[in-house]
Amino acid sequence: MVRLRTAELFALDLETLAREAQRITRQNFGRTISLYAPLYLANYCENQCLYCGFSARLRIQREKLGPEQIAAECAALAATGIQNILLLTGESHKHTPLGYLLAAAEVVKKYFPSISIEVQPMETEEYRALVEAGVDGLAVYQETYDREIYARLHPAGRKRNFQYRFETPARAAQAGIRQISLGALLGLGDWRPDVEALFGHLNALESEYPGVDFSLSFPRMLPVEGAVQPCIVSDADMVRILCVARILFPRVGINLSTREPARFRDHVFPLGVTRMSAGSATTVGGYAQSLQGHDAQFSISDERSLAEIKTMLLNKEYDPVFTDWRRM
Amino acid sequence: MDEFIIGGRTLSSRFLLGTGKFKSKQELREVICRSGAEVVTVALRRIDLEKNEDNILSYLPENILLLTNTSGARNADEAVRLARLGRAAGHGNWVKIEVINDSKYLLPDNAETIKATEILAAEGFVVLPYMNPDLYAARALVKAGAAAVMPLGSLIGSNQGLRMKTLIEVLIAEISDVPIIVDAGIGRPSHAAEAMEMGAAAVLVNTALATAGDPPRMAEAFAKAIAAGRLAWLAGTGETSPLARASSPLTGFLHG
Repeated sequence: MVRLRTAELFALDLETLAREAQRITRQNFGRTISLYAPLYLANYCENQCLYCGFSARLRIQREKLGPEQIAAECAALAATGIQNILLLTGESHKHTPLGYLLAAAEVVKKYFPSISIEVQPMETEEYRALVEAGVDGLAVYQETYDREIYARLHPAGRKRNFQYRFETPARAAQAGIRQISLGALLGLGDWRPDVEALFGHLNALESEYPGVDFSLSFPRMLPVEGAVQPCIVSDADMVRILCVARILFPRVGINLSTREPARFRDHVFPLGVTRMSAGSATTVGGYAQSLQGHDAQFSISDERSLAEIKTMLLNKEYDPVFTDWRRM
Repeated sequence: MDEFIIGGRTLSSRFLLGTGKFKSKQELREVICRSGAEVVTVALRRIDLEKNEDNILSYLPENILLLTNTSGARNADEAVRLARLGRAAGHGNWVKIEVINDSKYLLPDNAETIKATEILAAEGFVVLPYMNPDLYAARALVKAGAAAVMPLGSLIGSNQGLRMKTLIEVLIAEISDVPIIVDAGIGRPSHAAEAMEMGAAAVLVNTALATAGDPPRMAEAFAKAIAAGRLAWLAGTGETSPLARASSPLTGFLHG
């Protein structure tokens, strides 16, 4: 049923979609945007995703931050005013196992009231331990819902297991993770079946876990050196995707990262976005310059500082929200 | 004298305000001033416990009674912890219990709300629970020590008005120990007036103001509607009839 309605919505003209999406967003979230920043803890990875800058087959310098470096990064980031943080690693059970993440959370929670993670998929018990350590949110993207493309693009590492990744949000929900972000990496194949499958995934999870705050991300692939080149998703299609997501899921959060260029972000966010990253560094140790000259997982397009993003929001009569959840 | 008393305190306004969704905190402040509201609710999870310029509390006018709320709590335990944290941080002992474990419809969980109310009322909080309009739950809340009962008019943030009207009328008729405050779903001044004409003691409004074209002006419109509705309730509205009844009957002379 969602599929059918989705197809009908995608067929509507863009302006109609945009108006409806904006109306629903204002009704449900008002004129507010939550701000967050990513913090890369490590770039070790056991997977070989053909599109990613952290792929195990790439000869890049690998690093992971120790507790003091994490504290320095947190201090630098917290000084900008950011309060919601997304901790990222590559997916390496060897270099960034549960113990490393728990220790990192212990440091990070001294600086931030809310912590989300984007790391390798784990077991329910491991997520439970992370919740105990102060983790509120999880981002895990299926990348593509096309099993054939998935198998081709993930030739090695545990990520080869499509089903295990697909069931990750459910394991996190069972463990008591409060906010779960799903997404598809747009550009790996035809975006439409992927987006429709993502909506189906979300729909099923919402029914099963009504207490979880789900959100959606639609990262558009950018070319990475030495990786497969993306099928381009046009700006118009990106707008279409955001608007249809908002109409189908009026209360779900929608994230928009600094992958997207400033001008695009500024025009698109009122149509459905609820959370934006700002002042992002996508290298390990990128905030306190504790490590320099390292390779990024992907390059960012919107390089404005947090203060600049805040000013932009205020100029457009939106309230930038820094604290919308606080660990108890 | 038409006094409005909650938890032993006499309040000057029957218009309670929520503070979410506004485009700026300055606008929120204007709305509060123009509304004449005395009780303003703020989500504990949004209150920045650190000192900084964006702290929402610094935008509240003086003499406002802060009603913290437990928005984000998914069960009684979380609501209780949030309320205690708020009181420990100096935000007073008035708390609106919101326990919601459904992110799609945001409907309150009455059973968990009753549990949290009982615990917090025993600890000396003035507890205003947000609830689904159900008579059994309302009685249990009163028994648990609630200082008011706050049924939803319709889905929160929906601006749909009093979809739960019949059930709220039951609460107004049957719950006499504490005020009934209609919270959630009120989308227009006419909805607020309707609730007050029904005999609700007060209304709590947020989205209808935050999403209005001119929120401060809308706040004034609501204030007038609430006052008018209350006055109508006090005056006693005339009965409705399926037939027309002329105010000066044509056959009146026969009885003169």
